[in-house]
Parts: sequence; C-alpha cells; structure tokens
Amino acid sequence: MNTPLVEFTNVSFRYNEESPWALKDCSFIIERDEWVSIIGHNGSGKSTIAKLMNGLLFPNEGEIYVNGTKLTSETVWDIRRDIGMVFQNPDNQFVGATVQDDIAFGMENRGMERQLMIERIQSSLEAVEMTEYRLIEPHRLSGGQKQRIAIAGILAVSPNLLILDEATVMLDPRGRAEIMATVAEVRGAESLSLVTITHDLNEVAQANRVIVLNKGEIWKITEPRQLFTERTALKNMGLDIPFITSLTEALKERNVDIQNEPLNDKELLEELWILHSKT
Amino acid sequence: MGGSMVIGQYVPGNSLIHRLDPRSKIIVIFFYVIIVFLANNAASYGLLSAFVLISLINTRIPIRYVIKGLTPVWFLILFTFILHLFVTKEGEVIYQIFTLEIYSGGVKQGLMISLRFGLLIFMTSLLTLTTTPIEITDAIEALLHPLNKVKFPVHELALMMSISLRFIPTLMQETDKISKAQASRGVDFRTGPIKERVKAIVPLLVPLFVSAFKRAEELAMAMESRGYQGGEGRSKLRELKFTLKDYLIFGLFILLTIGLIIIRQ
Repeated sequence: MNTPLVEFTNVSFRYNEESPWALKDCSFIIERDEWVSIIGHNGSGKSTIAKLMNGLLFPNEGEIYVNGTKLTSETVWDIRRDIGMVFQNPDNQFVGATVQDDIAFGMENRGMERQLMIERIQSSLEAVEMTEYRLIEPHRLSGGQKQRIAIAGILAVSPNLLILDEATVMLDPRGRAEIMATVAEVRGAESLSLVTITHDLNEVAQANRVIVLNKGEIWKITEPRQLFTERTALKNMGLDIPFITSLTEALKERNVDIQNEPLNDKELLEELWILHSKT
Repeated sequence: MGGSMVIGQYVPGNSLIHRLDPRSKIIVIFFYVIIVFLANNAASYGLLSAFVLISLINTRIPIRYVIKGLTPVWFLILFTFILHLFVTKEGEVIYQIFTLEIYSGGVKQGLMISLRFGLLIFMTSLLTLTTTPIEITDAIEALLHPLNKVKFPVHELALMMSISLRFIPTLMQETDKISKAQASRGVDFRTGPIKERVKAIVPLLVPLFVSAFKRAEELAMAMESRGYQGGEGRSKLRELKFTLKDYLIFGLFILLTIGLIIIRQ
C-alpha cells in the first residue's frame, strides 16, 4: 500500500559513452504529498534527475520506480500521465495558439471529452488566478504568466507529481514570487507532490526535504533548516547563501546567541525578540 | 511590425461572416474562384461584384482599410490593365499615340481582366480578414481529413501550421533583439550597396537559426512530457460545427452560380 511515489535505486546516467557520468549511483525516494527540493550548482545533474523521472531519459544503470511501476519504454506513457513537468524557458513549452488551447493540449493528448476539457480549463485557470486570460495569445503574456499557464496545463490533467525544473530561472523577481505563491497555493488545494529543481537556496526554504547534488552525486538529503547550518560546505559547492542565513551567521560571529536556524526574515525577527526578552 | 499589409491580417468582429464555420468560408471562396471565370459580360460581372460587395459590407470592416491594405496588389491590377490595353487588338481604334493604337476591345478586355483579378483578391482576403489563422488551420485539417486514408499526415501538417503561427511573434521579437545586438556591434543593415546589406543579414540569420533549433528541441521535449504521441486517440478542444447560417450561405452560393450561368452569354 504505502509505496513511495518515486524511487531511484542506484541510478547512474551519462549522455554518451565517452562523457563523464552526469549522475552517479543516486538513490532516494519521494513520498506522497511531499515537497522535495533538488539543489545543486550548474552541471550537478539536477535537470538530468527530472528528465529521468518522466522518462525523457533512461538510466544507464539502476532502476526507477514511479507508483511502484518500473520505468521502461513500455510503461513510460502511463508514467507520464502521473508526472507533470514545467521547464525553464516559458516560451519553448507553450504549444497552443491561445491560453485555453495550451491548457487543453495535455488533455487532448489523453483523448478527454470536450465538455470535461472546458470544465477543467476553467478550474485550472482559477487555481492559477488567470481566468480573464483564457483567450489571450502567448506573446501578450509575461514570462511569469506563461509559466503559470504551464502549471495550469499540468493541473488540468491532475497528475500526482509536479516537477518544476528551474521554472523560475528566466523570470524577474516578481514573476518568481508569483510562481512560488501559485505553487504553494496549488499544493494546499490538491493532494500533489512537488519536486522543485533550483540552484537558488532561497527557493528551498518551503520544501519538506532537500536533496543536495554535487558533481552528479547526492551530497546530502536533509531538511532545509538543517541545510542552512552547513554554510561553508554550501559555499564551497558554489551555491549562493540566502541573505538571512548570512545575516544569522554574521550575528553569531558577533556573539548573538541565535538558537534555531531561521529560514526567513520573520523567523529571524522572532529569534531576535526571544533573545531580547531573555536579556 | 503590423504595417498596412492586409493579406493574412485578421480583423476581430462579430459579423455573420466572422461567425461562419471556417470550412464553409473556404469552400465558398474556393468555388467562387472557379465561377469567376464563368463571367463574360457586364451583367455577370455585376452579379459577382455585388456578391463580394455585400459580403464586404456585412463584415463591417471599413472598406477604406481593406483598400489601403491591398496597395501592393493595385499595382499588379493596373499593370494587367495596361498590358491588355496595348496587346489586345480587337474592335475599332479609339485612340492613337504615335504608333501605338488602342482598340476598344483592349479597353473592354483590360477592364474585365482587372475586375476579375480584383474580385479574386477581395474574396480571398475576406477569408483572412474574418478568420483567425488558427481557425483556418482547423478548417484545413477537417477538409483534408479524407486524405488520411492515403496515409497523408493531415494532423501533423495542421499541428506544424499551428505551431509555426504560434512562434511567428516570438521569432519576430527575437529577430528584433538580435538585429539590435548586432547593430550595437557595428553591423549596418540600412546603408551601403545591396551586396553589403545582404551580407549584413548573415550575422542576423545564424543566431536566429541556432535559437530556432534549440526552441524546437525544447518544445518537442515539453510536448512529449505532456503526453503527445501523435494524432491517434487525440480529442480536440476546438470544434467545428455547421449551423443554419452555413447552409444558408451554401444555398445563396448555389443561387449565385445558377444566376451566373443564366445571364452569361
């Protein structure tokens, strides 16, 4: 009964025979309703993991199970029904001529009834709060809006797992905030597991667990709060430390005794108040 | 972008012609193009012109806008007229410039051919003026559907068309960006001899092609991850339906054809 949603056992992958391993001996699981963040520097193999998960690539060694089914070229189309993926470039994943056509694309591929499609388009547009854009063409949308439509298109086919493969990289800070808010909201409304792939430590704070990749290998699987205490190691891997974490570190160096590792400005403020009331 | 070229430019509206099924529009226009060649006297041309004019008025698109947009074609029509004027040697001489003689038959022939040409252009531009490119694509897919039987990839063709249409604005923006980037590096697109200007296009095309291929690859991956496996077993969101107004148009068109056959000589 309680099979994990995704399971990687000793997965290795390289793009061709001569090249070095893009991913080496990776094992991890993703549980139902869990939010897992995969983080790593450029070329650490994080996007490779995403592509392996829905069968865009197949492992050279090891096995991948989704919902207990082994991922092979026979099962790949069934598995893709369970996994939705949002890519980096907002333009290059927009298939339809208008917003509603794009959302319908995934449903059309599944041969859904027209009436059901119309209902689902409406409800998924509501979920990403873009109902008034139903008939708009893609070139009149901002990058953030296109990514939200991409998310809506995936919600419409109600998969178990949503993968965001650096979906916020090409967006401005506002677009990034929009996407993260949409994702958090959608996750609250439906039972949906989430894998977010990023190189930005600021985006892992909300996740349940974090998988840190370094040079194609899993360096650590941990919780965000725990991760932020390992500043030196993260810096050495070429990851940018979030501002709040750096600030906490600087405060600690100056003998300000902060107990719990804060994840955001509110938590740091809280810690400082606690400290203030103690002294 | 935008410009004054009307061919291929959709003008939104809610007229009867806008709301017709795109398939009926294509069918009617196709047969109109054929029956235009039946006309051979003033009355039959009058009837055909009336049909175009009434349709045009019905679309509520300002006629001045349509005429202005067809500027490049006017030259072609004028050229056809002049050609016929001098080449046709029928009827009596009505005017003489030095050795050039203009016959009455030439004037008549020139007028008729130009009018025929004009009617064809007006009628076909009616389709693109009142139908979105995506509707046209749908209609073509539906009309070509029987060709599936001979293994003609109708669905793939339609998907290709709709994706190209979808990417035109994207690639336009990109061209604009690259040309600015190259101009800032000193590439001159505007002045100099033609040969130099053509050469200057190369640094524009190369990055455009590279990025188009990259886009294509990423798009294919995104489509695959959304479960695209080709046309089989696919349903469609956009639906084409013949309604009463389509049958009325067909009826009207048949009457036009019969009328034309009766009044032609």
